[in-house]
Amino acid sequence: MSTIDAASVTRAEVCCVAVAETFRGDGERLCNPIGTIPMIGGRLAREVFEPYLVMTDGFAAFAANPLPPGADPADAIVEAWNPYSQMFTVLWNGKRHVMMGATQVDRWGNQNIACIGDWHQPRAQLLGFRGAPGNTIHHTTSYWVPAQGPKVFVEAVDVVCGIGYDRARELGPVASRFHEIRRVVSNLGVFDFETENNTMRLRSVHPGVTVDEVVAATGFELVIPSDVPESRLPTDEELRLIREVIDPTGQREREVPNP
Amino acid sequence: MALPDKRMTEAEVVSELRSGMTIGIGGWGSRRKPMSLVREILRSDLTDLTVVSYGGPDIGLLCRAGKVRSAVYGFVSLDSIPLDPHFRAARQSGSVEVTELDEGMLLLGLQAAAWRVPFLPTRAGLGSDLPRLMPQFKTVVSPYPGPDGGEPEELLAMPALPLDAALIHMNRADQGGNGQYLNSDLYMDDLMAMAAEKCYMSCEQIIPTEEFPAHGSIHTQRISRLMTTGVVERAGAAHFTECPPDYARDEAFQREYAATAKSDEAWLEFKAKYLDVSEDEYQALTSGGAK
Repeated sequence: MSTIDAASVTRAEVCCVAVAETFRGDGERLCNPIGTIPMIGGRLAREVFEPYLVMTDGFAAFAANPLPPGADPADAIVEAWNPYSQMFTVLWNGKRHVMMGATQVDRWGNQNIACIGDWHQPRAQLLGFRGAPGNTIHHTTSYWVPAQGPKVFVEAVDVVCGIGYDRARELGPVASRFHEIRRVVSNLGVFDFETENNTMRLRSVHPGVTVDEVVAATGFELVIPSDVPESRLPTDEELRLIREVIDPTGQREREVPNP
Repeated sequence: MALPDKRMTEAEVVSELRSGMTIGIGGWGSRRKPMSLVREILRSDLTDLTVVSYGGPDIGLLCRAGKVRSAVYGFVSLDSIPLDPHFRAARQSGSVEVTELDEGMLLLGLQAAAWRVPFLPTRAGLGSDLPRLMPQFKTVVSPYPGPDGGEPEELLAMPALPLDAALIHMNRADQGGNGQYLNSDLYMDDLMAMAAEKCYMSCEQIIPTEEFPAHGSIHTQRISRLMTTGVVERAGAAHFTECPPDYARDEAFQREYAATAKSDEAWLEFKAKYLDVSEDEYQALTSGGAK
């Protein structure tokens, strides 16, 4: 039986587990989460239930050990060298599941990290397209949103960087055959596209969050099942790994403060 | 051993560049950038440049100094600061034209130029707003049947990105223009060099060819003199970007640089102190290579 004091589990720790669950079933492929909680969640998945996942040191190598976020690459146990030019071969080859950030995401899973406003002269320049177009057309992609709100979960994104299910459908079954948007994990809940039209569905709410709160933080109509489960809590072992091994300095709590 | 002598100064390199040229800059974000050559461009009267880069402060500085007509990039990041603030300002004021690429498309454009083919096919970009916003990107239909003998696939045809000149920075080089990188990633420096008519390589130190093995394995000797036109020896050339194992990024200096996007006064003060001086003076002020 669990000895967890549920009240001591933070929202950030629930998010880490929700991210880890995103990689369940991936087997031996590159698990490539970007961001603090995504990185903790990916390493947690590998430590607990997906032991053959391959992960980077954040630089030019695949690292066998569960490095804390921001760790010195010198601390990596290197499995293989993977410089940037090789990384594109890995991702076009398809054995990769990336979790990227999303400044905006819509009901189809279209993602924007490029800019806000008219791209030709943006009101706010962001990161640019970066790897999003190539990632989403070549392999499984998920998104991480540390602060969900109606300006993030939007009716239509300003620039489609990562392509969602409507864009994939327009391309046809051959061009889009490697496309999969698996999940969106936010500070409030978990979302997927396992619906008839592949529009976004509320998969679970984190403990302490109501469905109404999620709806209020979403700028489009979500598919909401009649019975929405709660995101699961970490097990004792997962909590120990998060707190003592993967993120001993508590960086997760800075990315998602406990409500 | 008859090795050509390709040694040059930064000023000699920049005297071979012309306004309006397309210039590729090696490195990645705020990592192993040929900054002493970038600073020399800042000191020159060159203008109207097209800059191609996995961008960092190279693009930020050149934009702020009004040297750039057009920027072609996969990103413009300072790593520890996700977006170069001078580049952001240039985008938001509309002062530069841009070609904002998927990072992999940029690799293919350089590879196509290096191989002297007009384009390379890719799925990257399909379905996204990238070809809608930048209609110069066309698609191509495969001449071969699709999967299972079906309809041929339509792919994005990433055009070659030929460069008039490339600027790269290596840890070590010899006087003939062979280069050695000693960090964990070459980035796309070899492709930059081969995509260019002329490639100018700065390095931390020029060494005799036979000494390369004392610094790193054969795998680190990735730039051959076939790719290079000139070599500039300058300890600290990459400052304030990182150049391991010679030195780490100067984060304090980078923060100071980034903060100058806040006002014209801050920029002019920074420019007067660090950019309107000779490279020797810059290095003395920052002790760039000694960190």
